[in-house]
Amino acid sequence: MSGLEDLYREIILDHYRTPRNRGKLETPPAHKVEGFNPLCGDEITVYVDTDGDRVTDVRIDGQGCSISQASASMMTNAIKGRSFAEISDLTRAFKSMMSIHENELGGDDGREPEPGSEESVPADEVKLGDLEALRGVVKFPVRIKCATLAWNTLAQAIDEARADDGAPTGSS
Amino acid sequence: MTTTAELDVAAVKADFPIFDRCCDPERPLVFLDSAASSQKPRQVIEAMSEFYETTYANVHRGVYRIAEAATNRMEGARRTVAGFIGAPRPEEIIFTKNATEALNLVARSWGGANLGPGDAVVLTQMEHHANIVPWQILAAEKGFEIRWIPVRPDGHLDLSNLDRLLDGAAMMSVTAMSNVLGTIPPLGSMIAAARAAGALVTLDACQYVPHLPTDVSSLDADFIAFSGHKMLGPTGVGVLWGRTELLEAMPPFLGGGGMILDVTQEGFRADAIPAKFEAGTPPITEIVGLAAAIEYLDGLGMDRVRRHEVSLTAYALRTLTERLGDRLTIHGPSEPADRGGVLSLDLAGVHPHDLSQVLDQHNVCVRPGHHCAKPLMRVLGVGATARASLYVYNDESDVDALADALVDAGEFFAF
Ligand SMILES: Cc1ncc(COP(=O)(O)O)c(C=O)c1O
Repeated sequence: MSGLEDLYREIILDHYRTPRNRGKLETPPAHKVEGFNPLCGDEITVYVDTDGDRVTDVRIDGQGCSISQASASMMTNAIKGRSFAEISDLTRAFKSMMSIHENELGGDDGREPEPGSEESVPADEVKLGDLEALRGVVKFPVRIKCATLAWNTLAQAIDEARADDGAPTGSS
Repeated sequence: MTTTAELDVAAVKADFPIFDRCCDPERPLVFLDSAASSQKPRQVIEAMSEFYETTYANVHRGVYRIAEAATNRMEGARRTVAGFIGAPRPEEIIFTKNATEALNLVARSWGGANLGPGDAVVLTQMEHHANIVPWQILAAEKGFEIRWIPVRPDGHLDLSNLDRLLDGAAMMSVTAMSNVLGTIPPLGSMIAAARAAGALVTLDACQYVPHLPTDVSSLDADFIAFSGHKMLGPTGVGVLWGRTELLEAMPPFLGGGGMILDVTQEGFRADAIPAKFEAGTPPITEIVGLAAAIEYLDGLGMDRVRRHEVSLTAYALRTLTERLGDRLTIHGPSEPADRGGVLSLDLAGVHPHDLSQVLDQHNVCVRPGHHCAKPLMRVLGVGATARASLYVYNDESDVDALADALVDAGEFFAF
């Protein structure tokens, strides 16, 4: 099947079959946000524990296709223990790989684009690691929303965590 | 008209240009998404272009000849629709934008005038959102109760408590064929029960009118809604049929031009039916296209269409079960006579979205998702299904292609 191997790389199928960091965290202290893809009915719940400026733990619950589940699973590996700034860079880089660019972010998920902070690293310099395997998704435009569902939900969870901590949310 | 010979699918297919002209030169288009929207035969496309090229003008009130001809074509189309569903009077045919608008019209206009605290509307758990949300919007305003006829695991309605659910209900609004399970409920006995309880009956016949001979008089419903685009016609036109006395008593739905007798600074007087419910310029060309679609279906013979779909559904249930075994769940009734050709598939270990993607590589078009029936998805305990649906241009080769593609998907995602 031409083309499908690009979409369904082995590592994606592996994360789909054995998702990492699946489950729930106790709320509170964890922040919990649900994300929906109204197109296909996928539902994802992201739980994050934070310590003021980093994500100390994360869990994913819900159901979805291989792309949304694998993206969520890889995301949890990539962000655990990372600072909000690092996660924001990673998210921007991931979305850029999905051909969603900063100035389009507002259009994609209704959120304001992050103001460029001094530490923010250009998208093409961020190491995506395993997440690179999702690059093939761009060739299947309807699936981009599957790949970004967990990331948009995570961004919302982090915003809520920061708001609760009284820290600036990063979006103006 | 009773037809005896079987449907000549090859001849039917040759009438649909898309099968020659679409997308993939190497693989035939296996179109199994007619429940979402059907393809269009040349006869419909040509009727619409011919109308645009020779007769087009706005309808009503025009004095010049093509305006009169356009009005005549539209009113002729109304008679064609009335004849197709056995409506006693063409004025009972209200043209809407789609079935969704038709159902909103019933809820807003009839429901708005007749429902209040203490009343109840009875739905089933397998309704399309189009027959849920309009009632929910109104219920939030008027404070009536919505009751649900349950769906059993085998895809049939659980009617054991129907009389209790109908007790005191003012309206039973139910699908005549599920767009997810294919289930055709026992409409005769359900409608009789509703009548006995003093409730009116609305049928969401979106998946019924395109596939089965329909006679509103013998069905004994009060309102019937359907969409043109699922029955070989164009998008942008739908139909509400209602009983004259009900339609006449109901307040208008949308206000505007075309629906009034008089307007003063103090107020307005609504026109008679059907104009009362057709505010604004109607989808004239689409109405002409819908009439052409109905003539096409009439030419095939609806009883022949139904027989074709029953036998093809039986073939599909058998073939898919044989080829895929226990790994495949086909939701909905197992008896082809109790259902339409809508097959909601669940292949173990393969999410419907992924399944549909693999099927697309075979040029097999099915639809993943909740099919606008989220309450039903919750009852079935699934987030989504991959739905394959059959129509007049499908034959056993389409089912075989679907089976091949499913086997391929099963192997691709094997674990
Ligand atoms: C059973 C049923 N009801 C209502 C609708 C709504 O039809 P439309 O979107 O044409 O208004 C559909 C189609 O999607 C349907 O299958």
